[in-house]
Amino acid sequence: MALQALKTGMVQVTCKINGKEYTGMAEPRTLLVHFLRDDLNLTGTHIGCDTGHCGACTIMFNGKALKSCMLLAVQAQGAEILTVEGLAQGDKLHPIQEAFWENHGLQCGYCTPGMLIAGLFLLQRNPDPTEEEIRRGIEGNLCRCTGYVNIVKSIKAAAKKMQELKAQSSQATPTPKSQ
Amino acid sequence: MKYSQGIFSDSYKLTPKKFDYYAATSLDEALSLLQEKEDAKILAGGQSLLALMKLRLAAPQALIDISKIEDLSYVREERGYLAIGALTIHDLIEHNETIRKRFTLLADAASKIGDQQIRNRGTIGGSACHADPAADLPTALLAANAQFVIRGHSGQRVVPAEEFFVDTFTTAVQPNEVLTEIRIPEFPPKTGSGYIKHSRREGDFAIVGVGAVVTLADGNICKDVRIGLGSVAATPIRAKAAEDYLRGKPLDDKTIIEAAERGPQGADPPSDMHGSREYRLEMIKVFIKRTVKLALTRV
Repeated sequence: MALQALKTGMVQVTCKINGKEYTGMAEPRTLLVHFLRDDLNLTGTHIGCDTGHCGACTIMFNGKALKSCMLLAVQAQGAEILTVEGLAQGDKLHPIQEAFWENHGLQCGYCTPGMLIAGLFLLQRNPDPTEEEIRRGIEGNLCRCTGYVNIVKSIKAAAKKMQELKAQSSQATPTPKSQ
Repeated sequence: MKYSQGIFSDSYKLTPKKFDYYAATSLDEALSLLQEKEDAKILAGGQSLLALMKLRLAAPQALIDISKIEDLSYVREERGYLAIGALTIHDLIEHNETIRKRFTLLADAASKIGDQQIRNRGTIGGSACHADPAADLPTALLAANAQFVIRGHSGQRVVPAEEFFVDTFTTAVQPNEVLTEIRIPEFPPKTGSGYIKHSRREGDFAIVGVGAVVTLADGNICKDVRIGLGSVAATPIRAKAAEDYLRGKPLDDKTIIEAAERGPQGADPPSDMHGSREYRLEMIKVFIKRTVKLALTRV
């Protein structure tokens, strides 16, 4: 039977975010970004425009970069989500975060959580993108400080870092035998 | 402290009006719910509908979410046509090998929609049913001579593109029906196609969008051609006068320019902040020329 949520009521939403299970209550009309920020206190994901233009609220939703203001919280039932909080491992920044830091890929930082996730989605599909491909990949993310030049540079640098890491780890660990 | 107590209090949020939500697990369930619930709307990718609801331009009483029905997302070659499931996302259409090679105008159009995040969620069926005259896929689908498979309680019917787009934001799909599949009839041999969108910025809606499918006879004689225009009338329209002019003629620059001059016949474009009516009428000519030439390079 279909999941039901009536307008007057609240519905329980359970999903996996950054590897951890979260449960909260949401009205059907609650947007996912508001649920993440206000109910789960995951305020790393920002709200810029609320209308699907700016990309500040970009999250990874079942492996795809999506704008969390263009989804309902109830649609996250059973979903696997990655937000900016899930990028770093303890004190160790994710290579894409390091790259933004080292290349001055942010000024005020408002667009950064969305830029990081959009950049990561691009690099997962295209590990060595050209400048043009990077610019197209972050077309849905607005930045009003940097003029994008250093963001593009950062994603380019992240691509290099991630490829080096991949090469190292495949050298360090022999190819796993099929089990 | 909850952040909603601060500046992000509810009055600062853009929130849709209240509605009942149902996540259908099958098409039959979606159809039953549509029948039962008052003023219910189908929610596919939601990249247009949720935006309208947040701005309170739409306020349905109930949403029936079909996004989790897995078997409505596919691209399949059938005898004589390509079948595309209504829930196939734009990103998949942009990257599908068969579509890129043989139905190139659809890949062109899908690649021009919104941005990566929108293309990761928005669906071809949703774009067709939303029927925004400025959208990219409806124009391309009209040029591709697509057919639309619509399911209702009493069975399914197949509607050609010419009858599918009825008016702005209005299609042949009735309130108790669901669009399930879009079929693109196989193009004949020696056919090329393309779609070009004219907009000020990437990701904007089209000021003018043109889709063309050109089939050649021997030499460079135009055997058949279909040209779709978007953003110039209440629905996507065919540039029939331009098509008629091209058929049977050699496709050289002079002929294409002559045909393009006839492109605006039948168009009734609006004036808005993106471009005046006069500007759009001129751009129809320019972009018919470019799109027919692009399609020719792909024959």
